[in-house]
Amino acid sequence: MVKVLMKSIREYKKPSILTPILVTGEVIMECIIPFVLANLVNDIKAGCSLGEIAQYGAALLLMALLSLFFGATAGSTCATASCGFARNLRKDMFYKIQGYSFQNIDKFSVSSLVTRLTTDVTNVQLAYMMIIRGAIRSPLMLIFSFIMGFIMGGRMALIYLVTIPILGTGLILVTRKTMPIFRRVFRKYDALNSSVQENIRSMRVVKAYVREDYEKKKFGTAAQNVQADFTRAERILAINNPLMQFCVYIVMIFVMTFGSYTVISSRGLDLDVGQMSSLLTYSFQILMSLMMLSMIFVMITMAAESAERITEVLSEESSLQNPANPVMEVKDGSIDFNHVSFKYSQKAERMALSNIDLHIKSGEIIGILGGTGSSKSSLIQLIPRLYDATEGSVKVGGVDVRDYDMEVLRNQVAVVLQKNELFSGTIKENLRWGNPNATDEELVEACRLAQADEFIQQFPDGYDTYIEQGGTNVSGGQKQRLCIARALLKKPKILILDDSTSAVDTRTDALIRQAFRKFIPETTKLIIAQRVSSVQDADRIIIMENGSINAIGTHEELLKTNEIYREVYTSQNKAGDQDVE
Amino acid sequence: MGRLIRTLFEFYPVMLPVAIVCIVLNAIVSSLPSAFMQNVIAVVEQSWQSGDWSAASGRILSLVGLLCVFYVISLAAGFAFGQLMAIITQGSLSKLRQKMFNGMQNLPIKYFDTHDHGNVMSYYTNDIDTLRQMISQSFPNLIISTVTVLTVLGIMLYYSLWLALTVIAGVVIMVFVVKRVGGRSSKYFLRQQQSLAQTEGFVEEMMNGQKVIKVFCHEEATKNGFDKVNDQLFSDARIANRNANMLMPILLNIGNVLYVVVALLGGFLLLVGAPNLSLSGLPFSISILVPFLNMTKQFSGSVSQVSNQLNSVIMGLAGAKRIFDLIDEYPETDEGNVTLVNVKKDENGQLTECAERTQSWAWKVPQADGTNTYTLLTGDVRFNHVDFAYVPNKVVLHDITLYAKPGQKIAFVGSTGAGKTTITNLINRFYDIADGKILYDGISINDIKKSDLRRSLGIVLQDTNLFTGTVMENIRYGRLDATDEDCISAAKLAGAHDFITRLPEGYNTPLTGNGASLSQGQRQLLSIARAAVADPPVMILDEATSSIDTRTEAIVQRGMDALMKGRTVFVIAHRLSTIQNSNAIMVLDHGRIIERGTHEDLLAQKGTYYQLYTGALELD
Repeated sequence: MVKVLMKSIREYKKPSILTPILVTGEVIMECIIPFVLANLVNDIKAGCSLGEIAQYGAALLLMALLSLFFGATAGSTCATASCGFARNLRKDMFYKIQGYSFQNIDKFSVSSLVTRLTTDVTNVQLAYMMIIRGAIRSPLMLIFSFIMGFIMGGRMALIYLVTIPILGTGLILVTRKTMPIFRRVFRKYDALNSSVQENIRSMRVVKAYVREDYEKKKFGTAAQNVQADFTRAERILAINNPLMQFCVYIVMIFVMTFGSYTVISSRGLDLDVGQMSSLLTYSFQILMSLMMLSMIFVMITMAAESAERITEVLSEESSLQNPANPVMEVKDGSIDFNHVSFKYSQKAERMALSNIDLHIKSGEIIGILGGTGSSKSSLIQLIPRLYDATEGSVKVGGVDVRDYDMEVLRNQVAVVLQKNELFSGTIKENLRWGNPNATDEELVEACRLAQADEFIQQFPDGYDTYIEQGGTNVSGGQKQRLCIARALLKKPKILILDDSTSAVDTRTDALIRQAFRKFIPETTKLIIAQRVSSVQDADRIIIMENGSINAIGTHEELLKTNEIYREVYTSQNKAGDQDVE
Repeated sequence: MGRLIRTLFEFYPVMLPVAIVCIVLNAIVSSLPSAFMQNVIAVVEQSWQSGDWSAASGRILSLVGLLCVFYVISLAAGFAFGQLMAIITQGSLSKLRQKMFNGMQNLPIKYFDTHDHGNVMSYYTNDIDTLRQMISQSFPNLIISTVTVLTVLGIMLYYSLWLALTVIAGVVIMVFVVKRVGGRSSKYFLRQQQSLAQTEGFVEEMMNGQKVIKVFCHEEATKNGFDKVNDQLFSDARIANRNANMLMPILLNIGNVLYVVVALLGGFLLLVGAPNLSLSGLPFSISILVPFLNMTKQFSGSVSQVSNQLNSVIMGLAGAKRIFDLIDEYPETDEGNVTLVNVKKDENGQLTECAERTQSWAWKVPQADGTNTYTLLTGDVRFNHVDFAYVPNKVVLHDITLYAKPGQKIAFVGSTGAGKTTITNLINRFYDIADGKILYDGISINDIKKSDLRRSLGIVLQDTNLFTGTVMENIRYGRLDATDEDCISAAKLAGAHDFITRLPEGYNTPLTGNGASLSQGQRQLLSIARAAVADPPVMILDEATSSIDTRTEAIVQRGMDALMKGRTVFVIAHRLSTIQNSNAIMVLDHGRIIERGTHEDLLAQKGTYYQLYTGALELD
């Protein structure tokens, strides 16, 4: 895990290494200063001159300045290192995800990936900051204070050997007790928050069914559950503070009694007053750094959960890989399904597609009809290799899709998806997704084919009209036509429309198909539709039923031989169209 | 700040004051040792040259004994407040969470329509999290530090005015630094939060469109876009953290310098033997200077403690403000007093209220004299000259007048933004009308209790929303006391039974993420089943079958027609095939009813409906 994460440090290695070095300097200064001060106090007592005091002062000032320099610079390099590390982590994850197959994405779910990219990275960033600053600082402080304590106090410092194990054991026990609770409760907390999210999103349903009280009760139970666990963990954690105070107090009492005894009985030879007071200072520092150490420990263990989740993303290998010697050219638009079966995950029991054997010639127009959940979309998603077939093979242009360079393949197979997505940006920007180098004339040309030019021209800003996130400011039919234009700009060998004209009126729908026929006759076209009118003039129509092909034929053939097709046709023809054709 | 503390006191009227007393006690006792040390050192000073321990031991031991007593008190207080604060913190957070959630359930739909969901969500995550840090750590720390500072300051003044003034001067400098550096830091922390939200937004939009990115090989451009927001986040985070990180060493070393200055001044005073000016009137001596130096350390330590908490306090207060804003949102008002009851009808047509489900309902209307009258629910809905606007001056519905007689099926047709969904929003009072009147069985819907009004209306919405839970639980959401058999027969009615049985665990298949594992059509079938199990007297179907194929739709249609026989149904549909058998079809355009009549009437009119029907016009 650490190894995977370390790879993301890269250009921030320098500040990452510099920070602990600077912190070391700061710690040395912080430890020397009280030592010098103790001497100063003694000298004052011994009645030194003001000049000597001034000398001490100058030295101390210098040390304070050095300490400030080290501390402030360390703070700055530490910020650079940790924020930079976080930036690289986010970048690496996002890049990695861009290479994921849908199988990979489905495995994590989008919302979980978003959390991993944000909250989890923030947690790791904080822990990293703690590690390079605090995790060096506290043990160093501990060791220095320890050494100084022995130098100053001699045998007296042995009291540390009594108190430190007490504190250490206490801290370890507390941490070990709380960690598992924290781990569990954070998961519950996540679940609680996602249920709130669900509630907000579904508010209309909640209100329509008058389920406010039911939701309140559900949430109340979950909230109290989380509260109980959090309280338990925090109560155990709250023992840390009095425990530390207890140890400080023991040292204090010890130094005050035995310290004063030693000073008096040895007439200040074994120990003098200045040493006595600096012993107290060091004990404070030792215990404080132990305390810090335990806090860091808790932080790290808490962040470990996040680190684990990030590592999962980074070390997930895309289930779709480019082949070693990819084919870089798609010869033509022919498509062959050779006994293809497919399921979305290995665990799935049911095949989404079973034994599909289908051969499509280049330039053919294929219509696909089928009921809800009949796997129409699954079928076409295998062609641009959004998923790989579980059994059998899919060939485009006579070559197995797994042998192509994926970018080459996808550039030749344009899919207009069922869930049309436009991105925030102008219409032009959205269209150029299809071809970044397209000229304005080419854009207009594609939009004419997709029957989109007319309505775009009517917008006050024309092709520069800004599309809101999710394309909320254009109508469904307009959105679909823009998506078709975008796909056409790729000048693909195969064009797939997955229920992409459902919101377009039948006349425009017909115009689009007519334009296809006229202007891109060589392109193989697959059209999934609910409306019979959208597919009835296709060369062949495929009827899908429960993940397999029920029938293939022309409109006339199917009307004669296929039950399903006839039923759909009659039900729709009753509904409309009788006055048109 | 005041409101937050008041709220905490309300939550824990006994525990919180006890905790505060413990904190103060702990703080006072913790700052005493320096005073004790001064006394002990004074004794040692006097007797170390004599080397006679027995002479000094009595005084020293009694001092230490007293100190022990204080320590025990401090420890007990420390332990107690630690435990109490743990309980108070988590309890308060939980209570605030529930208070927010309960308040939120009572907010009008308008709130959710006009607020970004991600933003509402962050009340529960980011804002509550900032409070946690603040209540459990910053709050006690601030009290402790303040008490320590005051006690130490008192002791200092007791010993030496000059030195105390020096320390105060140092503190002024510290406060100044905190203001400069800390202020900059918190400004950038705020920016960091904004950049973080922006990054999250970008990632979310891109991931939801991941398929499009893939089919257009747009990965590289997307990566570039991500780099831009990511770099912005990095630069804001770096500045924020750098300033925050630098604050501590700066304060620490101001403390060190202060220490030196006090030592120098003290040494100077000792040497020149200047007269001491203090509350105690004690002469200035080494036994004052040594503990004074320790106090200086403690003092500047406390001040930097306070500044250390500053960021979390600033963020916590901002979080608290947002939380209270949510709690203070105006809830849905409900002035209705007419309720919905199940009734039995005897031979004389007399209605009697009863508890069990009888398939007949009545409105219970309280009268001025305390008695109730019952009006049979028949599903007669009338709009009289209704006007409505979501935002003032942008009227969405103009002068809508329509009636649905009991048992009728009323359909609305029109393009996006014509006002179809708005009409249904008004019937169930998600929004209140601006002008005109809506009558339900002759009763103004404003007089009907909202929850009862909504219980009488089953709604299937265009955007299906399923909950985390099993398929069965999702169907049962429509009626919580429905048996498994009721749910299954509702699923059969909705045409969902078939696909449910093919799911891995049938009705017990767990659904997460709004039913992400189902197709859009399957989700719609489930939400229809949910409405069917509710078995309401009036039903509203808002594009309920838009993603279902025409064959399945026909099956659903038959099922719903059977269920709703004799009851009123409002249908909004995209496909005209689903509404042909309606009793009346309203064609809406820009908030006005432009055509109305039966399918045949409208075809004969050869108007907009005719054009839509023949495919000459585009819907949506």
